[in-house]
Amino acid sequence: MERRFLQNKTAMVTVAIVLLTALAGIFAPVLAPHDPYEADIMNKFAGFSAQYPLGTDNLGRCILSRMIYGIRPTLGLAVLTMLGTIGLGALMGLLAGYFRGIPEEVIMRTVDVMLSFPSQIMVFAVVALLGINVQNVILANVFIKWAWYARMIRTGVMQYRDRNFVQFSRCVGMPERFILVRHLVPSIAADLAVLASLDVGWAIINISTLSFLGLGVQAPTPEWGAMLNEAKNVLTSNPTQMIVPGVAIVILVSAFNLMGDALRDVLDPKEVDR
Amino acid sequence: MIKMREICVSFRSERQEKLFGVSRDQILFDVSLDLEQGSCLGILGESGSGKSTLGRVICGLLKPDSGSYQLDGTEVYASRAGKKLLQNRLSVVFQDYTTSANPRFRIRDVLAEGIRVWERKSKEKIDRTAECRRLMELVGLNETYLDRFPHELSGGQLQRVCIARAVACRPELILFDEAISSLDAHTQVQIMDLLRELKEKLNLTYVFITHDLTSVTYLCDQVMFLYHGRVTEHIPVNQIAQTKNPYARKLLESVIEFA
Repeated sequence: MERRFLQNKTAMVTVAIVLLTALAGIFAPVLAPHDPYEADIMNKFAGFSAQYPLGTDNLGRCILSRMIYGIRPTLGLAVLTMLGTIGLGALMGLLAGYFRGIPEEVIMRTVDVMLSFPSQIMVFAVVALLGINVQNVILANVFIKWAWYARMIRTGVMQYRDRNFVQFSRCVGMPERFILVRHLVPSIAADLAVLASLDVGWAIINISTLSFLGLGVQAPTPEWGAMLNEAKNVLTSNPTQMIVPGVAIVILVSAFNLMGDALRDVLDPKEVDR
Repeated sequence: MIKMREICVSFRSERQEKLFGVSRDQILFDVSLDLEQGSCLGILGESGSGKSTLGRVICGLLKPDSGSYQLDGTEVYASRAGKKLLQNRLSVVFQDYTTSANPRFRIRDVLAEGIRVWERKSKEKIDRTAECRRLMELVGLNETYLDRFPHELSGGQLQRVCIARAVACRPELILFDEAISSLDAHTQVQIMDLLRELKEKLNLTYVFITHDLTSVTYLCDQVMFLYHGRVTEHIPVNQIAQTKNPYARKLLESVIEFA
């Protein structure tokens, strides 16, 4: 698997982009040339320069520094959302797929109800009900997204639980724990990793969207979506303000999407080397 | 060793007459069989005759609606202990070798699962690398295959690995559910020779489910015909020429014509 990973260019490049971004976020205080909150009102809307590599915004704050600090809420919250979603979804899906019967009925009907709501509206509703707050944004995202995972994992469990290699384990009396941990979870994990990396992109966009609408991360905290929101106010006079956060979101989300694709190839032992 | 009496199995019908109907399709009717230690029983029947269902009952995956299934006097489906006893003494090889081994396991791990069963039974630590080598040698495979994935082996090789895994548990009874039907004639003969050899070496008991009469005559010493879920005949294999069963006759004649 390691070998296939090292040979897959897409996987290497996208993972490198994601890791570098994450590292930049972690070491933001070291990397950022300025304090992201420090306003230099005399230099507002400055262009690219040695002092401000990516220019300044409407309050004269260094855009590069704000971008680097903005990785923390953007990427961090997205990853946190996905962890919560996968945790809840995987638990529910495994319960439903493995035990069948009444637990399955209860869980899957709940999932059906959850899936019948348009997800974006649900996020707005939850945030509106609980109040505008970062924790609530994450809660809302987990709340609407776990149902997808529960359904997917249940399908995976059901698909594999009647395979002959599981039947063999049953026949010779391997403990249920072994079947679950060694047979079922690895089989599903590949699909899960793909879906999860695709959905980190979704979570980034979603958090940015909520911040853009003023429902997520609040000013003056630097966050890419919130930065777009501020840039939108000066769209006609200073259109270049949109470029940096916009392009950054596109690159990061694309990296996650391509990573999902590449992971599928890497994690499938049957994928032949070309 | 095994004593089955009047086993009946039915499934809930796919198509119900009423909305909440509970009508059932019966698959097996009063199946009885006896199996001695060290013998080899062939279960013959056409598609849909209930062979594989009977196989699932034998290997403890399907509880029959009624009837008794005893292993050395212990009722298998009555208690956990009975199930445990069966699991300790039985192993199985399936028809479809493509799904018989976890595609994410290397051959080494596939065999390790069988070895682990033996470790659990005997409560002693086994040198897995040496045991894997021994098993590969036993089924006539090169030990360089140990680091391959199942899809990197041919069908015959993978079926040998499955047999090695079944043997690794050190069972007394192995159930073959159409285990060689999907292989070509030459490989079939090779594997049957291998099975015969293993049987003598390890003093095993075989149950052979198949629709292929030649393999039964080659390997088994008793044969049982299943027709529409009923046992129509149970005879020693050397008397197969005198069978009165119409299905058996049909099979027999087609073989003779072919030969």
